[in-house]
Amino acid sequence: MQTETKSHVDQLTSPAGHPVTVLRFEGDIASTSKDAVLGTYQSLSKTTTKLILLDFTKVDYINSSGIALVIQLLIEASNAGQKVYAFGLSAHFTKVFTMVGITKYAGLFPDQGAALAAL
Amino acid sequence: MSAMKTTNVEVRLPSRMGFEKVAMSTAASVAKLMGFRDDRVEDLKTAVAEACINAIEHGNRLNEKLSVGVVLSAGEDSLEVKVIDDGKGMRKQPVKPDIDRKMHGEEDPRGMGMFLIQALVDEAEWVAGSNGKSSYVRLVIRLDKEQG
Repeated sequence: MQTETKSHVDQLTSPAGHPVTVLRFEGDIASTSKDAVLGTYQSLSKTTTKLILLDFTKVDYINSSGIALVIQLLIEASNAGQKVYAFGLSAHFTKVFTMVGITKYAGLFPDQGAALAAL
Repeated sequence: MSAMKTTNVEVRLPSRMGFEKVAMSTAASVAKLMGFRDDRVEDLKTAVAEACINAIEHGNRLNEKLSVGVVLSAGEDSLEVKVIDDGKGMRKQPVKPDIDRKMHGEEDPRGMGMFLIQALVDEAEWVAGSNGKSSYVRLVIRLDKEQG
């Protein structure tokens, strides 16, 4: 019943010249999304990946189990000295992420352009 | 849906993850018919989904022989949703997640469902069934006067 979570990785450069790794998600983010969220993150090199953007533009549904996966990703990234930002969340999920405190550890931006410009 | 007193809509879900989206869509449809603003519909969708996930996972323990009942009662100015399972009911109260404790491994990254439910609707109560079954969570979301 849950839409399979798809994910892929893009490598970009910010206007300031920093290499940025973008994890793009599509579908639902729920308890079944562990491979797509954590697995994709864990496939990145911890030595060369320092700035990570999470793209939620094509995500329709995120439940508390999915939010927990995002928090697990933030924990691992924090331990590896990486900085994580996110963009593309709907107004509702921006509110939910703010309510649970994720914004303290992952800056939220409305879109990719705004996120890249800030890095 | 004018001149409406109370109109009930009932859905029964299998105790399988993912089916909470059926209740979520049904609740959204009823709320839209009642004239709720889009942002309140989104709040309700998340609250109903989390209530159903708790019922499936903790109440019915993913036992597919058991179903989750969802009863929506649309009144003049509010929508009540009861999500009923065969568990003993939630003994704990919703706790605001502490992101710092989660980030430091001192708190489970999960366990935010009850908090989200309570934070997103106007009323939320968890009621244990009298004989250890038919426990439910009851949610109420009210129409703002200016949107009614």
